[in-house]
Amino acid sequence: MKLLPTVAALSLLATTGAAQAADPNLARNLAATCANCHGTNGNALKGSGMDALAGTEKAKILQKLADFKSGDKPASIMHQISKGYTDEQLDLIAGYFAAQK
Amino acid sequence: MMLMKRRDFLKAGAAAGAMASLYGCAGGGKASGHVIVVGGGYGGATIAKYLRMWSEGGVQVTLIERNPTFISCPISNLVIGGTKTMEDITVSYDGLKNKWGVRVIQDEVVAVDAAKRSISLKAGGAMTYDRLVLSPGVDFMWDQIPGLNNADAQEKILHAWKAGPQTVALRQQLEAMKDGGTYAIAIPKAPYRCPPGPYERACLVADYFKKNKPKSKVVILDANEDVVSKKGLFMKAWEDLYKGTLEYRNNSEVKDVDVKTNTAVLEFDKFKADVLNVIPPHRAGDIAAKSGLKLINNRWVDINWLSMEVNGTPGVHVLGDAIFPAPTMPKSGHMANQHGKLAAAAILNQLSGMEPSPTPVVMNTCYSFVDAKQAIHVASVHQYDAATKVVQPVKGAGGVSAARSELEGKVALGWAKNIWADMLA
Ligand code: HEC
Repeated sequence: MKLLPTVAALSLLATTGAAQAADPNLARNLAATCANCHGTNGNALKGSGMDALAGTEKAKILQKLADFKSGDKPASIMHQISKGYTDEQLDLIAGYFAAQK
Repeated sequence: MMLMKRRDFLKAGAAAGAMASLYGCAGGGKASGHVIVVGGGYGGATIAKYLRMWSEGGVQVTLIERNPTFISCPISNLVIGGTKTMEDITVSYDGLKNKWGVRVIQDEVVAVDAAKRSISLKAGGAMTYDRLVLSPGVDFMWDQIPGLNNADAQEKILHAWKAGPQTVALRQQLEAMKDGGTYAIAIPKAPYRCPPGPYERACLVADYFKKNKPKSKVVILDANEDVVSKKGLFMKAWEDLYKGTLEYRNNSEVKDVDVKTNTAVLEFDKFKADVLNVIPPHRAGDIAAKSGLKLINNRWVDINWLSMEVNGTPGVHVLGDAIFPAPTMPKSGHMANQHGKLAAAAILNQLSGMEPSPTPVVMNTCYSFVDAKQAIHVASVHQYDAATKVVQPVKGAGGVSAARSELEGKVALGWAKNIWADMLA
């Protein structure tokens, strides 16, 4: 569990040719910006009405985020939030949440 | 073929080696040391938990907070409006203590010695740290409203801009007011804590009057030229829901008060109210403002956006409402929570000999109720920009609600439950 974000960051580094040294905990840090609403590590409180993201398949999270960005999925707020992150960042975030229990 | 493979392997190995030297024990050893956090609000409670969680217990954390429990400013306007209780907005520090192993001390820090890396406590004694985090919120500039610059006056003309006894007292004043009376709320010039908060409060008091004291009035005395936050949505709510009950006056800065007659003194005018609620201008909380840290405009702490560390005072980080904010960044609980996470990540890197992440991101959302059930929001995302060294708002992202809705009222309460747990449970 602890290794996963590091691995994700390493693969990001590999694909970008290590031009900019990304933080080894980048995925963890980015995902934490969503926790205010979706719960620490994506574990939203049961009965709070907010969607939990922990343990959700990465592709599923990415598809929903893409649909929020494009406007295909109607939303009260996620269309505005998802547009603030790059696709690479959303990829890291989705990978992090998928790996949580 | 073989050679190619071998060369690739070597290249990868070299990259991994460079990484290891850049990040020291990344993915390996744990950060260690002692971090003192002053203030257990949205910023301080968040960083206390996240330091313990992310270091897997490796970093010792002491949280010093003067109150016995956390009381939330967000949602407190619903207590003033009469649809929530203090119990609904109060959370214990037991989760931080028992689940996360944070040492919680109920006391007040009276001095910081950044050179010696130590703080002094009001109850006596000192404590040393490897890193200090101040999350003190705001204190009021009472001298700007001379008539309020004494304890008796402050008990009569309330701010209720820090949730706690004043929240209860303002609710009592509203309950005691006769039907046909006037409630006036005075807003200071921006920047102040929670930009939409005063307009939300005006709505919720108007909603209470409409249902319980229909002859009563709400008057907003705004020192600003215009509605500071969610203007269109608030004005629409005033027009649709509170016409004849709520009146908005811009450019109406309260310069003084006459406590005996409950009168606000404006530049050219006076305004007498039955319940007068004056939010004085504010600045960084005392411990940040009076510890020799670098201030901007003599009010807000000047910090580095990669670590929330104070410019010129290594080892001291400041979070939340006390800092000089990035462009369009509000002073909000949500944002203070994000500052806490940014600083937690940076401090854990620093405590293991690494640089803070070069690409931090923070985001904000403020929900406001416009009546007991319906809410609206404003949101923004801020990405670090290496050229300006500031977390800049992302263009095309964020924004406000399409319209007020009960759905967002439910989301707002869900937000509160989750952010309180994110900080304290
Ligand atoms: C201010 C609260 C808030 C924050 C912060 C927030 N979300 Fe959301 N999220 C929502 C709400 C509300 C919904 C429901 C859709 C809507 O109304 O926008 C949602 C829905 C989602 C969904 C769809 C869930 C499902 O099962 O259908 C995903 C995925 C998601 N958010 C991801 C994220 C990510 C990733 C972040 C951080 C980058 C984030 N959210 C930050 C409030 C938030």
